[in-house]
Amino acid sequence: MSSRDAILGALRAAGRTSTPLPDVPLFDADLPPAFEQFKLGLAKMGGQWLGAPANLDGWIATRFPDAKVICSAVPETDGTRRIETVTEPATLYDVDVGIVRARFGVAETGSVWLSEDEYKVNALGYLAQHLIVLLDPASIVPNLHHAYHQRGFHVARYCVLMTGPSATADIEGVLIRGAQGVRSLTVIGM
Amino acid sequence: MSAVLGKKVGKKSVDHVKISREFIADEPHIAFHDKRLWTLRTLRDGQANAIPEWEELRVLASGIKEHTLTHLADYLEEFERNATANGVTVHWAKDAAEHNRIVHEILATRNVDTLVKSKSMLTEECDMRPYLEARGITVVETDLGERIQQLDDEPPTHIVVPAVHKLATDVAEVFADTIGTDRNNADPHYLAEGMRQDTRPYFLKAGAGMTGANFAIAETGTVVTCTNEGNADLSGNVPPLYIASIGIEKIIPKMEHLGVFIRMLSRSALGSPITQYTSHFRGPRDGGESHYILVDNGRSERLAMDDFWYSLKCIRCGACMNTCPVYRRSGGLSYGGVYAGPIGAIINPTFDLKKYSALPFASTLNGSCTNVCPVKINIHEQIYKWRQIVVEQGEVSFVKKEAMKMAGKVLADPKRYRQWTAGTNKALAGLPRSFLYNPFNAWGKQRELPEPPKQTFHQWYAANRQAKEEDEQ
Ligand code: SF4
Repeated sequence: MSSRDAILGALRAAGRTSTPLPDVPLFDADLPPAFEQFKLGLAKMGGQWLGAPANLDGWIATRFPDAKVICSAVPETDGTRRIETVTEPATLYDVDVGIVRARFGVAETGSVWLSEDEYKVNALGYLAQHLIVLLDPASIVPNLHHAYHQRGFHVARYCVLMTGPSATADIEGVLIRGAQGVRSLTVIGM
Repeated sequence: MSAVLGKKVGKKSVDHVKISREFIADEPHIAFHDKRLWTLRTLRDGQANAIPEWEELRVLASGIKEHTLTHLADYLEEFERNATANGVTVHWAKDAAEHNRIVHEILATRNVDTLVKSKSMLTEECDMRPYLEARGITVVETDLGERIQQLDDEPPTHIVVPAVHKLATDVAEVFADTIGTDRNNADPHYLAEGMRQDTRPYFLKAGAGMTGANFAIAETGTVVTCTNEGNADLSGNVPPLYIASIGIEKIIPKMEHLGVFIRMLSRSALGSPITQYTSHFRGPRDGGESHYILVDNGRSERLAMDDFWYSLKCIRCGACMNTCPVYRRSGGLSYGGVYAGPIGAIINPTFDLKKYSALPFASTLNGSCTNVCPVKINIHEQIYKWRQIVVEQGEVSFVKKEAMKMAGKVLADPKRYRQWTAGTNKALAGLPRSFLYNPFNAWGKQRELPEPPKQTFHQWYAANRQAKEEDEQ
């Protein structure tokens, strides 16, 4: 007998009496205003919020003066490298700043949602030293229950709820931003 | 499992008291461990209290898990069907040996010699690393805490914060010996940066990346991982080949159920609203390849145990460990198994009752673990059930000889218990210092051993309830 059949057989033979599957409400009564909540949530997790700058390229140059490789996956700027020219994920190792647009945000946690459609090459969000995420404030959903009703989860082959930069507190509980992934996350409302 | 721990405990019964003694004798370590985990517990309370529907979420989470477990074979078939349709190759492993064989075969047939991996308790359970390393494959843990433990040749001592028992000076020693950082620099920022610089090249050259699974969604064939470092995303998105090891109890039916668990997991674990990265792997990217391994390793047997199948609801948040006064003051290594703390005390005996017969006694049965558990596992009742079984099976002589001290004393003397724990929640922070840190205390020194408690659990519970009520007046 295959292991598959042995496992399934053993599980059925365990003979647990069926219990019903509960309905999950959306828990969305009396929530605080989504946009304000989002900004609070993002800040708590170490991300930075920024209103749309007059000149995106100019702002990037000021914020990241030493950046040599700026890799863009958005039409708003070309950076120094278009993501469309990248085929091998590992070749993104030298990216100082990555730029991508999120499809939606989640007010409850300050998270942004990204998938391979937005990234083009998913590794951009993790190999870059710093990440800039563009987000339309109108796309913020109130909480995680609403988020998990979004169709994207059923279609994307990879997607992530990203909340702040990479972080760790594994040594004596000291919080460090920039563990293995990006050192900073800036979300720009535009 | 034994090889991971072989160095520390061997195959014979784990003597929780004896192993914990070394840790307890070291005051700075135990004091820090206790304080750090209590901080996590406090942060967890803050998060839980801020959500009006918290208790409702716990009931939902428990209900969804229970339903899924009572239909587990059907949901696994659904998961397999959908994952396969998404282009993932699905494997089934009845035990650790088969799991490791499958992983090795996937890697060997593709000539992969370096594997980067995200932390997974299941691969710890399978003792996979030494198996692959013996076959010439370099395995690199990419979670900072897990990497520290790997480089120190120790198993993780906590399921969420694997190196929580170490001080920064310990890490500085380990990293100086292994990745060449400055032995005299114990600044956590410096150490974390050293690990980042050391690990990065592995991500770039690895032929495969591997993660565990926090959840697996039957409806979509999706594997979900929750990390703060983003190392699961690096492992899953940089190398061309991705492997996920999935305990069969990780299945939940639909995507819309995930919200319930994601809302509670990191809040319960670390007291943060969500992990920095909640990642969903549904199928391979263009030009990539994905394999999912569904692992039983004792789970189907546990499902058949009337008293213990509830433990399969566990989402490995670690809240029961953070709140447990015994765990906080004895350290994860003393449990001698892959899972420590209260959850370890109920899971490890299902693997090997003889070896882990002492663990159900490493508890005060104060019920704090049950109160914080986001999926409402009746942990302290299961611990009590195990005690009865240990006694029935005659393993108690070992237990009596070595491990009854703490629990025995406390249980035998409700007044003393009441002094220590005036109400389950607030009191656990306040055991007297001399009791906690004095190495010559109930855990610390071999001396005349107390008799096992004469009370039944229910008598004890009634007595304790009464004590609680008196205290609250
Ligand atoms: S038993 Fe409950 S509290 Fe403990 S790790 Fe599992 S889910 Fe968390």
